Amino acid sequence: MKSQELPKDTATGGDAVISAVNLTRHYHVKTRPFSPPAVVKALNEASFDLYPGQTLAVVGESGCGKSTLARVLTMIEPPTSGQLTINGRRVELKEGQPPPRDLRREVQIIFQNPYGSLNPRKTVATMLEEPLKLNRPELSADQRRERALEMIDRVGLRPEHADRYPHMFSGGQRQRIAIARALMLNPKILVLDEPVSALDLSIQAQVLNLLSDLQDEFGLAYVFISHDLSVVQRIADDVIVMYFGQPVETGPASEVFTQPRHPYTQALFSATPVADPNRRKERVKLKGEPPSPLDPPPGCPFAPRCFMATEECIQGDPPLESVNPRVKVACIHVPKEFD
Amino acid sequence: MALLEIAGLDVRFRTTSGLFPAVENADITIDKGEVLAIVGESGSGKSVSMLATMGLLPWTAQVSAEKMLFDGQELRELSSRQRRQIVGGEMSMIFQEPMSSLNPCFTVGTQIDEMLKQHRGGTRKERKERTLDLLAQVGIPDPRKRIDAYPHQLSGGMSQRVMIAMAISCNPRLLIADEPTTALDVTIQAQILDLLLQLQQEHDMALILITHDMGVVAETAQQVIVQYAGRQVERQEVKALFAHPRHPYTEALLSALPERAGDQDRLPTIPGVVPGQHNRPSGCLFNPRCRYATDHCREVEPRPASGDPARTLCHYPL
Repeated sequence: MKSQELPKDTATGGDAVISAVNLTRHYHVKTRPFSPPAVVKALNEASFDLYPGQTLAVVGESGCGKSTLARVLTMIEPPTSGQLTINGRRVELKEGQPPPRDLRREVQIIFQNPYGSLNPRKTVATMLEEPLKLNRPELSADQRRERALEMIDRVGLRPEHADRYPHMFSGGQRQRIAIARALMLNPKILVLDEPVSALDLSIQAQVLNLLSDLQDEFGLAYVFISHDLSVVQRIADDVIVMYFGQPVETGPASEVFTQPRHPYTQALFSATPVADPNRRKERVKLKGEPPSPLDPPPGCPFAPRCFMATEECIQGDPPLESVNPRVKVACIHVPKEFD
Repeated sequence: MALLEIAGLDVRFRTTSGLFPAVENADITIDKGEVLAIVGESGSGKSVSMLATMGLLPWTAQVSAEKMLFDGQELRELSSRQRRQIVGGEMSMIFQEPMSSLNPCFTVGTQIDEMLKQHRGGTRKERKERTLDLLAQVGIPDPRKRIDAYPHQLSGGMSQRVMIAMAISCNPRLLIADEPTTALDVTIQAQILDLLLQLQQEHDMALILITHDMGVVAETAQQVIVQYAGRQVERQEVKALFAHPRHPYTEALLSALPERAGDQDRLPTIPGVVPGQHNRPSGCLFNPRCRYATDHCREVEPRPASGDPARTLCHYPL
């Protein structure tokens, strides 16, 4: 594997830790016996660059390909096509083959459900030491224990928690354990797949604060997958809005949130309830539900639910195009803003 | 006279380590045409108090109350047969997980029909007409085809519409929706909330909405009850609640919302966790997490002040 020419972050001059170009992942699904398998396009041509200390949020509803993107980025699955460059190294995976260990170390993932992602038969310390055992064989047992205790302290748990089992913790504490485990190998990138949506509001704020502290301290890059727009608005630097496996709008969070351009982004933002009874608003109403991936509609996948749809929309799938130097939108009805 | 009037409701669960108070001294009053939201975190007893009203709790639950009146009728004095006539007919409930609330072995038509058969009667043809009408009312496209669909053939949003069709099939006067949109996507959530409010207005129903989402509360409710660890900590009209929360818990909860935190660097948090069965503090249940707590709070259980319309459960309401 050779090092690639990487895009530079204009602000810091640093190299991108993840660079994705047209990442695509298709699944073959058997629908009935003897018929050829159908192709589900779970992820279509997602491209982005992510820099150290930055947060990229991926927003969309269930089935939009958010979690597929997480699986491709964490090298759990290889992309069907497209290029993934992590920390300057081009990732070339074969189906069913594990990625090189030193590369795997750089990207860690935290899942939505902290009840399902921790082994109930292992103590916290065992779980935290396990990645070190596999990846840092030169460390002694005492050194491993010391590092586990350091991390336990870092994520806001107490030393006596080290020898307890997952069932003895609350949801928020378990998510802290999952975060600690992900950080044991000093990764550069954390993929957070709905990390706070299973938590109560008062706990959610604690975990979000912890995540932003850790990001500052270790210079982590976050890929933050969420459907909760109020959380995303708070922590994201850049946003990708996905629909039906495709990015429909990408750009800096500040701009996408203040001026959503794609009709789906507008509908998504207006459907999100706002905690202010004085701002009850007329919603952009969406008809129907997302289409079935086994039976994609012709042309733009959003056209059947879109309030702006015209005849042209079903002629072809609109490409993701720049509307100004920062924002890209996949819609033929969004005007370009170049001079 | 209010449609539903509950006073001093206590629900305790028998567990191997003694009685666990899930709901303490809950008062719920709602009249027809009203929308009441009960909001709280997990374990605050918001579902349990409604299940107690419906009579759906398991045998390990001990339910006691001063008053439990539905339309002037004391629910606890009814025989179970009489009570079953009211539950599902006059008052009905929608649950959180539409996928697991429907029976996977029967078509949705059969399941709606069962409600009508139990409570309304009528010929098979009349019931089928009514079922088709209900499916159309809740916005299911092509009801003639969908009436023979099994639950697994429907999406989450469609299943929830079927649940709503079942719940409103006998024109209930009170509809209880227990986290009806938590399992759904936001664009579908918006559709379902609009549908519930529209049905509520058309039929002049009373609607009790149980939720943990402050956004949903702000957009739908008129009155709000805030629960914490099984106790009602305050009750206010929705605009007043968001503008001037009276209980420190409500205040802390509202300021933990990311969208209300403004440009602050860190989100305001509530330290600690909700007390469980074995670590219930003495005095006010919120005192270990409260930033205003004094020694008085740690020793004496608060009672709502007599002149306080919000009935704030706090020694020092804000």
